Amino acid sequence: MSIATPPPKPSSGGIDLPKPFLEWFASKGWQPRAHQLELLAKAEAGQSALLIAPTGAGKTLAGFLPTLVDLARRGRPKPGTRKPGVHTLYISPLKALAVDIHRNLSTPVEEMGLPVEIETRTGDTPQSRRQRQKLNPPDILLTTPEQLALLLSHKDAERFFGDLRHVVLDELHSLVTSKRGHMLSLGLARLHRLCPGLKAIGLSATVSEPDLLRQWLVPQREKTAMAEIITVSGGAKPDIAILKSKERVPWSGHSARYAMPEVYEAIRQHKTTLLFVNTRSQAEMLFQELWRINEDSLPIALHHGSLDVSQRRRVEQAMQENALRAIVATSTLDLGIDWGDVDLVVHIGSPKGASRLAQRIGRANHRMDEASKAILVPANRFEVMECQAALDANYLGAQDTPPLVDGALDVLCQHILGTACAEPFFADDLYAEITTAAPYASLPRETFDRAVQFVAHGGYALQSYERYARIRLTKDGTWRVSHPSVAQQYRLNCGTIIEAPMLNIRLTRQRKGGPLRGGPVLGKIEEGFIESLVPGDTFLFAGKVLAFEGIHENDCIVSKASDLNAKVPAYAGGKFPTTTYLSEQVRKMLSNPAEWDRLPRQVSDWLAIQKAKSVVPGPDQLLVETFPRGPRFYMVAYPFEGRLAHQTLCMLLTRRLERAKARPLGFVASDYAVAIWGLRDMGRMLAKGELSLSGLFDEDMLGDDLEAWLDESYLLKRTFRACATIAGLIEKRHPGKEKSGRQMTVSADLVYDVLRSHEPDHILLQATRNDARTGLLDVGRLGDMLSRIEGRIVHKDLEMISPLAVPVMLEIGKETVHGGDASEALMAEAAEDLIRDALGQDIG
Amino acid sequence: MRAALKTVDQVTAGEALAVDFAGSELLLDPAGVAYFPAERMLVVSDMHLEKGSSFACRRVYLPPYDTAATLARLSAMTAKYDPTTIISLGDSFHDDEASARLGEDAIAAIGAVARGREMIWVTGNHDPSPPDGVPGQSVEMLATGRIVFRHIPEPAETGHEICGHLHPCARLVRRGKAVRRACFASDGARLVMPSFGVFTGGLNVRDEAYAGLFDASRFRAYMLGQNRVYPVGAGDLRSD
Repeated sequence: MSIATPPPKPSSGGIDLPKPFLEWFASKGWQPRAHQLELLAKAEAGQSALLIAPTGAGKTLAGFLPTLVDLARRGRPKPGTRKPGVHTLYISPLKALAVDIHRNLSTPVEEMGLPVEIETRTGDTPQSRRQRQKLNPPDILLTTPEQLALLLSHKDAERFFGDLRHVVLDELHSLVTSKRGHMLSLGLARLHRLCPGLKAIGLSATVSEPDLLRQWLVPQREKTAMAEIITVSGGAKPDIAILKSKERVPWSGHSARYAMPEVYEAIRQHKTTLLFVNTRSQAEMLFQELWRINEDSLPIALHHGSLDVSQRRRVEQAMQENALRAIVATSTLDLGIDWGDVDLVVHIGSPKGASRLAQRIGRANHRMDEASKAILVPANRFEVMECQAALDANYLGAQDTPPLVDGALDVLCQHILGTACAEPFFADDLYAEITTAAPYASLPRETFDRAVQFVAHGGYALQSYERYARIRLTKDGTWRVSHPSVAQQYRLNCGTIIEAPMLNIRLTRQRKGGPLRGGPVLGKIEEGFIESLVPGDTFLFAGKVLAFEGIHENDCIVSKASDLNAKVPAYAGGKFPTTTYLSEQVRKMLSNPAEWDRLPRQVSDWLAIQKAKSVVPGPDQLLVETFPRGPRFYMVAYPFEGRLAHQTLCMLLTRRLERAKARPLGFVASDYAVAIWGLRDMGRMLAKGELSLSGLFDEDMLGDDLEAWLDESYLLKRTFRACATIAGLIEKRHPGKEKSGRQMTVSADLVYDVLRSHEPDHILLQATRNDARTGLLDVGRLGDMLSRIEGRIVHKDLEMISPLAVPVMLEIGKETVHGGDASEALMAEAAEDLIRDALGQDIG
Repeated sequence: MRAALKTVDQVTAGEALAVDFAGSELLLDPAGVAYFPAERMLVVSDMHLEKGSSFACRRVYLPPYDTAATLARLSAMTAKYDPTTIISLGDSFHDDEASARLGEDAIAAIGAVARGREMIWVTGNHDPSPPDGVPGQSVEMLATGRIVFRHIPEPAETGHEICGHLHPCARLVRRGKAVRRACFASDGARLVMPSFGVFTGGLNVRDEAYAGLFDASRFRAYMLGQNRVYPVGAGDLRSD
């Protein structure tokens, strides 16, 4: 589409832009765009609306135009009259985005001379300014979901939002899929109740089901209520290519190291290249590899969320000044911040989703009428197919944004407490309000009541804590906060982002012997990664090879390593599992030899050999291969459902194989396949009827087996810790104040064990299981797969490994096995060594 | 991380490790208690009973099942060893008022454990006063034969000492894998007991708090496994 839209005709709604606006557009030589006027007309008619538009379409101005027009009409408050409160609330997922919008919005407001005050309120806003904002609120307040929740928990919330007319929700597609989105939806429901005429304006990238976002914006009093929708079709089709490498595409791995010279050449040929990867460790590795071959010393920078803030700001500054030729980045740069003149996006590894690819490509040429240019660099052969599928999807405009899930119960608990902090509530009223929020529209009353009980005193069947309650049912039928300190407690724990315990990385100059202290902070790293290191181990961080020295309080002390190669490879897997849509496309591509011609020769040859030596499964079939290798017997299956669902599948299959006496020893899961090995020939067991594939892959594994496994799963404990913190069972950590992350991990685990054995139906365990279905365990997706393949399992018994099995077999040994038995073995080994040392000889 | 709560049968099934302490045989049980067979004396430390309700007073509602769960494990250990004497080595209760908050079931459970036995409550920093309403006698410290029992380790002690307070745990790292478990910590002269309460975390034996307590060359961490106790030397242990 073109930006030059015809001059606005006075429409039937009679939307005339006020004079300052017309003059301002004219002075710039611009016309207001059709969607900007359309959104204005909807808002003037009192309607909420969702605007779906690609980057560069003037979304921000569109979102604020109704506000600016309304405020321009209202004019300055007359002297002696009360200054009205906040007129428009803008909510963004990123603090940085709120700050960016402030800058972008202030320019037209100043140029038009509008009487509009704009301020931001984020976690970084000083206490004095927050206080002033409450007494003397700006017309437009730019803020985050957490700050909204905090504002709503104050006693004067009703007065503070008394004049609110509009709420603008930016990057709505990214907000709605998380617990932050759930929190925001509850805040929005409250705003709709406090301000009955409120108009919600959602700004979003293209999504697969826009109707869900339309419902999200308006109160769900009738279950089908929806906001209006305005869709701006995409600009010029992006020019995407898959890197045609002269090198051999590897069987497995995530590094794409083979393509580095060609990637470097592409950087040389463009002004500014943005290189996207999926994980921090991939970013570190790519950065290292590029500098290794950077003969021209091109300015290439690194940007990811774990780096120290000052270092990130320097990179961002350099980027805006166009001082960089390339920047290696993770998803921290995904969202709509403008990053100057990027003319090429390179995606290393599969983007793992069609919509994710579209959003990342949108970073190049931030003007919608110019074609963005992108190169995909698959890291292995399956990724070649995945990249091809993502590219096809992009031409079709297919979207696979994540599905929306029911509102999380831990977030519900937090919200109930916040509401009580603001004012006493009647349970009936609050339930009615909460069910107007789309994610909670089908919340059962019984669950809501249990959440209230939880907030009151833990909600345990053994009601021994009533005398210490946080909120109490009073004689007038309302629930009231029992003590002022409860509100304080709520404010400290508010929010849904539970970060993995992180340690500061500090560089020390002293080598061994000296005290482990001091030195500049390079950034933060997950405690879990450091756990596996012993002093002297080297790893990559902030573009440097570092040697681990030790831990001192909350600091991980490192020194500069002398060797160029890091010894410990950081976790190399992809961060996101491949989307259901992309997986389906890959299965189709695989099943149809006519499509193989579109793939690079080495990949189509590989598939042709698979067809000759084994079987190529149909799109809805599950291929299971069995073969011996060395002293062991292998079973490899190809569900293509992503790593998380596959890990869960492996755990459950292993339990069943144990019961069938196949004596399984271990397993490995990739995004595409699972491999399980054991001491008995599973192919032969199948042939003799001792083992049945339909029984092995029966959906009922999601019943008792899943429950039994969850008992032991460390993943569930981690999920529980997050739920318990969000719901307010465990206090959130505050830097430098509370216990260290490790101690908290211990106590959350202990609480989990006790709760599981004494009250397995507790609301927090329900919340934990719900999260597990979609989160780390992806049980929902596994269930869909099992029902899809029922009666469609193809078994092939082979004498040796098949071509298709090579990639997953190469992953064996790269993953650590967690869990009881391995830990016991480790302790037993250390104990034997001790005894051997003590006796001075070998035992046994 | 620690293994899931065990059933009473599982707790009882653990295989104790026999060591020599002050010339007596001492059984270190993977459930976290120590037993002198000759004296028929069971030692348990840092039960922190009523920790859940102690937090609830501050409006942090940990599940109210910790006391029952800890006492069920103690009862299982009593049934397993049938001691004539039980020493609870301090911090038996999470705070000084905790014994007054015990429910009827808990009081009955303690009564059942103590019935026909000598029950000795050593005071600790969490519970400096004698407990209310439970059988047994309260002491600040106890000396039997060559061994002194007290809650907080006394670095100046020259004889044999069994104590608690520190909640020792050990972290073992090999081939990029780490295990962190509660442990008995000992150099043969002093034995620091692991904490027995289900809500008690651990402090790594490499922490500065242990400085001066052990002869490093003779130090062992007896790590608590699922069903066994594993003695591990100092060389294998890492700080957190």
